[in-house]
Amino acid sequence: MPQTKTCRWSAAAVLFLVAALLLVPGPAFAKTEIHLWHALTGQLGESVNGLVKQFNESQSEYEVKPLRKGNYSETLTAAIAAYRQRQAPHIVQVFEVGTQTMMLSGAVLPVYQLMKEQEMTVDWKDFIAPVVGYYSKDGNLYSMPFNSSTPILYYNKDAFQKAGLDPNKPPQTWKQMEDYSKKLIASGTAKCGFSTAWPSWIQVENMHALHDQPFATRRNGFDGVDVQLLINREFGVKHLTQLAAWQKDGIFSYGGRMGTADPKFLSGDCGMYMHSSALIGGFTKGAKFKWGTAQLPHYGAPYKRATSIIGGATLWVMKGKPAAENRGTARFLKFISDTNQQMWWHVTTGYLAISNSAVKNLETAQHFKRNPDQFTAFAQLTKGTATPNSQGLRLGNFVQIRDVIESEMENIFAGKKSAKQGLDDAVAKSNDILKEFAAANKP
Amino acid sequence: MQRTVFKSRWLPYLLVAPQLAVTVLFFFWPAVKSLQLSVYRVSPFGDRSTFVGLENFTKLLADPDYYASVLNSFLFAGGVTALSVLGSLVLAGLATQKIRGLAVYRTLLLWPYGIAPAVAGIIFLFIFHPAYGILPYLLSFVTAYEFNWLLKGWVAMSLVIVATAWTHLGYNIAFYIAGLLAIPASVIEAADVDGAGPLRRFTAIVFPLVSPITFYLVVLNMVFAFFESFGVIDAVTKGGPGQATEIMVYKLYKDGFIGLNLGSSGAQSVILMAIVIGLTVLQFRFAEKKVTYR
Amino acid sequence: MSAVGTTQLERARVRVHAADAPRRRRARGGGLLVHTLLIACIAVVVFPLYFAFIVSTQDLQQVVQRPPRLLPSTHLLDNYAEAWRRASMGRMLFNSAVMAVTIAVGKIAISMLSAFAIVYFNFRGRTLCFWMIFITLMLPVPVRLMSTYEVIGTLGWLNSYEGLTIPLMASATATFLFRQFYLTVPNEMVEAAQLDGAGPLRFLWGFLLPLSWANIAALFVVLFIFGWNQYLWPLMITNTEAMRTVVIGLEQLIPRSGTELPTWNLIMAGAMMALLPPVAVIIFMQRWFVKGLVESDK
Repeated sequence: MPQTKTCRWSAAAVLFLVAALLLVPGPAFAKTEIHLWHALTGQLGESVNGLVKQFNESQSEYEVKPLRKGNYSETLTAAIAAYRQRQAPHIVQVFEVGTQTMMLSGAVLPVYQLMKEQEMTVDWKDFIAPVVGYYSKDGNLYSMPFNSSTPILYYNKDAFQKAGLDPNKPPQTWKQMEDYSKKLIASGTAKCGFSTAWPSWIQVENMHALHDQPFATRRNGFDGVDVQLLINREFGVKHLTQLAAWQKDGIFSYGGRMGTADPKFLSGDCGMYMHSSALIGGFTKGAKFKWGTAQLPHYGAPYKRATSIIGGATLWVMKGKPAAENRGTARFLKFISDTNQQMWWHVTTGYLAISNSAVKNLETAQHFKRNPDQFTAFAQLTKGTATPNSQGLRLGNFVQIRDVIESEMENIFAGKKSAKQGLDDAVAKSNDILKEFAAANKP
Repeated sequence: MQRTVFKSRWLPYLLVAPQLAVTVLFFFWPAVKSLQLSVYRVSPFGDRSTFVGLENFTKLLADPDYYASVLNSFLFAGGVTALSVLGSLVLAGLATQKIRGLAVYRTLLLWPYGIAPAVAGIIFLFIFHPAYGILPYLLSFVTAYEFNWLLKGWVAMSLVIVATAWTHLGYNIAFYIAGLLAIPASVIEAADVDGAGPLRRFTAIVFPLVSPITFYLVVLNMVFAFFESFGVIDAVTKGGPGQATEIMVYKLYKDGFIGLNLGSSGAQSVILMAIVIGLTVLQFRFAEKKVTYR
Repeated sequence: MSAVGTTQLERARVRVHAADAPRRRRARGGGLLVHTLLIACIAVVVFPLYFAFIVSTQDLQQVVQRPPRLLPSTHLLDNYAEAWRRASMGRMLFNSAVMAVTIAVGKIAISMLSAFAIVYFNFRGRTLCFWMIFITLMLPVPVRLMSTYEVIGTLGWLNSYEGLTIPLMASATATFLFRQFYLTVPNEMVEAAQLDGAGPLRFLWGFLLPLSWANIAALFVVLFIFGWNQYLWPLMITNTEAMRTVVIGLEQLIPRSGTELPTWNLIMAGAMMALLPPVAVIIFMQRWFVKGLVESDK
C-alpha cells in the first residue's frame, strides 16, 4: 500500500479521473434505445442480430436492442401484457395471423402514419404487391414486412432419377403429383409421394388463393369483421377429399402441423414436400440428396391460376412512445426496407426481399441464376394473376381458427370424418370464433 | 384434549403474517379476479371490456370441445393413475421380497420421480416419434399398424400417459415399500402355514393391508394428473392431434394465452375451481369417516 | 405435491416400524426369480433414460439411422457443449436452482411458522386464519392462471425471481404437514419447556425443529423437485432468455416453427442436463425422503 503522501494523492487523482470519465456522459452513452421483440431462433435469430448490428453501426443516435421473447404466440402475448403495464417495446414482430388483432387493437401506430409524422419518405410502390397488400388498409401500410415467405414444392431430384422421372421437370398439376407419386412408390424409391407442412396455411389457405377461390366472405375479411368462412364449398371439399383418398393410398402422408413432417422429406420417405420458401437454407444444410423446387401444383381448368399468399411476420410499432424514440424506430424501419438491406436479408435468411428494386438487383447480380430455388417463391407470388381472392386473409382470432381447421383436417386424414363433414364443422366453429372477435372488437 | 399453548399478544400474528400475505396476494386476489374475468368479454389489449353475465359459461357448456376436454382429463388422469399405482405396487412388491440389495433396487426405482413430466414427455416423444422413434421401429416388426401419434389420437394419449405415469412411479413406490415393510412377518408366516401360495397371499392379505396407501395414492395421482399435467401436454402434443390430448388445463391456457379470449379462460378457471373445491370437500368428508387403522 | 392428497396423508397415518431393514421371510426358493423379475422391470423403467443418454452422445446422422444404435457414441462433449451454448444452459440451470431452492426453503419457513402459530397459540382469528390457509388447497396454479399473471404484472414482478418463486410458496400442503406433526407432540414436552422458562421461539427452534428434521428433509426434496420441474408458471412469467428455467429452455430447443430441423441429439443432451440435479437430490436424500414422507412412530 502506498504510504507516502504523493502516492496517496496520485491514487486519489486517478480515482477521481476515472470516476469523472464514468459519470460524465460522453456521446457514446447517450444512445436512445429502441426495443425490438421478435420470435426467431437459431440461425434466423442470429441474422436478426446481424441486421440490427448493421443499423446500430450505421448511425450513432439510436441503438436497437433485439430480444427473442418466445415463439410467435408468446411474443404477442408478452407484448400485450407489457402494453397493459405500459412497458411495451417499440417494435414487435407479429405473425401474419395476428394482423387483424393488431390492426383493430388501438395499441399500434401504423407504419405509414409513423413515417408521415417523422417526415420520412418511403417508396411504398416499390414493395411487392402481395406482401404489401396483406398488411395494408385503404392503401396504407400498417406494419413493416420483415420476414415473408410463401409455400413452394420441394422435390427429391435423386429419387426422381431413380424412379425414372426427369429430375428437371417437377410436377405442375395435381394430376402430375398423383402420377409422379405413384411412380415413386412403385419403383420402391419412396414410401410416399408427398407430404406437407403447415396444413392449413398451405393446403387450405394457399390452395384457395392459388385457384382463385374465396377463403372467407367480405373479400377474405379485408372489408369488415362480420366474416364467415367459405372453405366448405366445392373447391375445399374437392381438395380435402382428394388428400384424404391419397392418404389412404399412401400417395400423401400426413406428418403433423407446422414443420413436424420435415423428417419425412429429409429421410427420403416422401419424394416431394410442400413447405415455406424460408426452408431453403435449412434444407440446403440438412438434405443429403439433390433436390429442387417448383411452384405449388394446380388443378388446372376450370380454376384460374392466381398467386399464392404470404406467410411469416411483420414488425408493428407500438403506440405511446415519445416522438424522439419514434424517430429512431422510423429510421430503423426505413433502414431495413432499403434495397441493400433487403438483398442482404434475403441472401442470409432465405426470406423474400420485399421490394422490386431489391429483386431486380438480385437478378442483375445473377443471384437467382446461382440459386434458382430462391426465384420460385418470387415467381409464384408475382407471375400469376393477382385476384381479390389471392390478396391474403384478414381474420380476427386467426390463431384459433387455424387450430380449428387443422384439427378437423386431422380428423379427415384419420378417416374419422368425411371432408364435407370436417369442413362444415370447421366452418361452424370458426364462424363462432369470428363472431366472438367481432363482438369483442366493436369499435 | 386441551392443548398446552404459549401466551403472546402479538407473536402469533407475526408468525402467520407471511403466509397470509402470500395467500391473499396470490390466491384470493387472483381468484376474485378470475371470477371477475369470467363475466366479461375483454379485448386482447384490454382496452375494451363488456359485461356479459353468464354468457362465457353458457358458451362453454354448449361447446362439445369443452366436454371433450373434460373427458380427456379424466381419461388421462385415470390412465396415469391406473398404470402408475398398479405398476408401483408390483415393483414395490418385488423389491420387498427377501433379497439382498434392497437399497440399491430402491434407488433405481425411485429416481424417475425427479424427472419433470415435461422432460419425460420430451424423452418419450422421441421414443414414440413416427420417424425416428425406437418404439414404432420395434413394433414394425410385429405389426404393420402405423403407430403414428400425429394421426392417431389414442397413440398420442398413450404417449402422454406413459410419460406421466413413468414420473409418478418413484413417489408411489416409496409409499408402497414403506407400507409393505410395515406388514409384520408373523402375518405372512401365518398365511404360509395355511398353505397359501404367493398369489393368494397377495390378494388376501397384502393387498387389503396396503389398501389405505392405495387409496391415498389413487387420489393423489388422480388429482396431480388432472390439475398439474400442463407441462407434459405442452411439451409433447400441444393438445393434438385434433383435440385428442387437450385436457381442461391445457384448453384453459390455450384459450386465454394463445387465443387471447380472457373471458372464456376465466370461466374455465371458475369451473375448475368448483371441481377442486368439490373434490377437497368430498375427500375430507370421506377421510373423516375412515377408520384409522393401527 | 398435490394439495388434496397431502391432507389424505395426514388421515392415513401409516406407521413404519423399520423402514430400512429388509424383512426376513422364509426363503421361498423364488429368490432368483425375484431378482430376475426386478432387474427386468428396472431395465424397462430405466430404458428411456438410457436411450436418451445414448442419443445425447450421437450426431444427427446417427440419430436418424435405422436400426437405432444402442451403444453410446463419441459426440458427448460436442453435443453437451452445443446444447449448453444454444440454450444458455448455464444461466437456466442457475435460474432453476434459485427457483427450486428458494421455493423449498421459503415454503418450509413460512409454513413452519404458520403451523406453529396455529397449533401453539390461542389467538383471536385463529380459526379464520386456519380456514383461509386451508382454502388455498383448492386453488392450484391453472385455476388462477390468467389472473395471477395480471397480479404479477401489477406488482412489477414479471420476469423476475420474485415472480417465479413467491406465488408458488404459499399453498397449504406444507403447513398441514407441520400442523399434523406438531399435533402429535405430547403436551408434557411443551409444559416441560415452559417450566424451563423457554419462550415459544426458543421452543420452536431448540425443540421442534430438531425433532422434525426428517419431515423437513423430505419436504425439501419434494419441494425442490416441485420447484425445479415447474413448467407452466415459468413459461408464463418469464419472457427473456436470461430468466428462463432449464425445463422451459429444453422445450424451446424443440423448434416448432417449421423453419428449423430438430436436433434430437442436442435436445436429449439438454434433457439430461435438466434432469440431473433433481434426480441427484433424490438419490442423495432418498433415505430421508422415504422416511419423512411417511410418518414415523415416536
